[in-house]
Amino acid sequence: MDATDLPGIEMVIAATRPDLGLAREVVGRVIDPEIPVLTIGELGILSEVAIDGGEVVVTITPTYSGCPALRQIEDEIRSHLAQAGFDRVIVKTTNTPAWSTDRLTPGARAKLAAFGIAPPTSIGEVICPQCAAGAPRMVSRFGSTACKALMVCSQCGEPFDWFKEF
Amino acid sequence: MLLGHADDNLVLAQQLGGWISRAPELEEDIALGNIALDHLGVARALYTLAGAVEGRGHDEDDLAMFRDEHDYRNLLLVEQPNGDFANTMVRQLFFDSYQVPLWEDLASSEDLELAGIAARALKEARYHFRHSSGWVIRLGDGTEESASRTERAVDALWPFTEEMFDGATAGYRPSWERTVVSVLAEARLSVPEGSHQQSGGREGRHSEHLASLLAEMQWMQRTYPGLKW
Repeated sequence: MDATDLPGIEMVIAATRPDLGLAREVVGRVIDPEIPVLTIGELGILSEVAIDGGEVVVTITPTYSGCPALRQIEDEIRSHLAQAGFDRVIVKTTNTPAWSTDRLTPGARAKLAAFGIAPPTSIGEVICPQCAAGAPRMVSRFGSTACKALMVCSQCGEPFDWFKEF
Repeated sequence: MLLGHADDNLVLAQQLGGWISRAPELEEDIALGNIALDHLGVARALYTLAGAVEGRGHDEDDLAMFRDEHDYRNLLLVEQPNGDFANTMVRQLFFDSYQVPLWEDLASSEDLELAGIAARALKEARYHFRHSSGWVIRLGDGTEESASRTERAVDALWPFTEEMFDGATAGYRPSWERTVVSVLAEARLSVPEGSHQQSGGREGRHSEHLASLLAEMQWMQRTYPGLKW
């Protein structure tokens, strides 16, 4: 008997072709490990989700050259997809075009501020996420992660992170 | 040439890592760690690209861990020991002032991958420059002790600066000199004149410092080839 005569074989063939819409939705839920209020999509790290044959191909754009979270992001993408039933996954990184803070979505900026991180603006426009006062003092150009600087509010005295404009 | 730039960044990253837990203050510890990570990231991207261009299946780890001292093409400047904090900051100032025009130029490279790496590295180099120039000015225009140490560092590292401007990189010299001379003037430090110049790093002729640095960095991979975390 020919294999295609088996009942249900069309369904099996259909099931091996990954569902792009679902893959996009699943990858879109991956949270950045260092800024846990934003997804990698909101941060502009996620560049593309595509289907190539039976594989899900995810392309991500690294932020800073030295961002140590990249490997973890790759692992998160794989584990999210595996849980949704996608077992053949390729994660690619691209450096072209280079990432910049312009890739953050408008919603991401509001979420950052609500989380206590001043969103990326020019240094003169940084405002305290606690009391909204301007002209904070920079304590250190290099903060808790590569993308942040440590500031102190000149009004309320609270220290806070500023997501550097990059 | 890709390999030379990658080696510069890897060697400097390894050097800066030596400051972790030893920097003069906590913020500086974090700053030097962050700067080291940026250099390491640039090196990794360039090694990956160099391996692809070479086409013999070498990945970033092969190029970083399994080449000997005479195969390294880094500048002598970056392999000079950390010394005191002033010495590390002057070395960083000299290197940052060179990386800015380098990445500006390579950001318009026809190789789009290289252009992307350079565009990102350029922003980082400018940021590092703000840090290193800020410190050199504070130290040079600081106490008698900090000024004399910084002056000593400028004199000790100056002989390794001419090597940066050779062949394809010769055009970056005017920009470098303008930048460095203006920072040194603001720091009230003098620009060395007629200093002897040392070169050879780009041809694999290194000082004794590189061998011990590579030995420390490579021994684990050499002992257990292919070891992963």
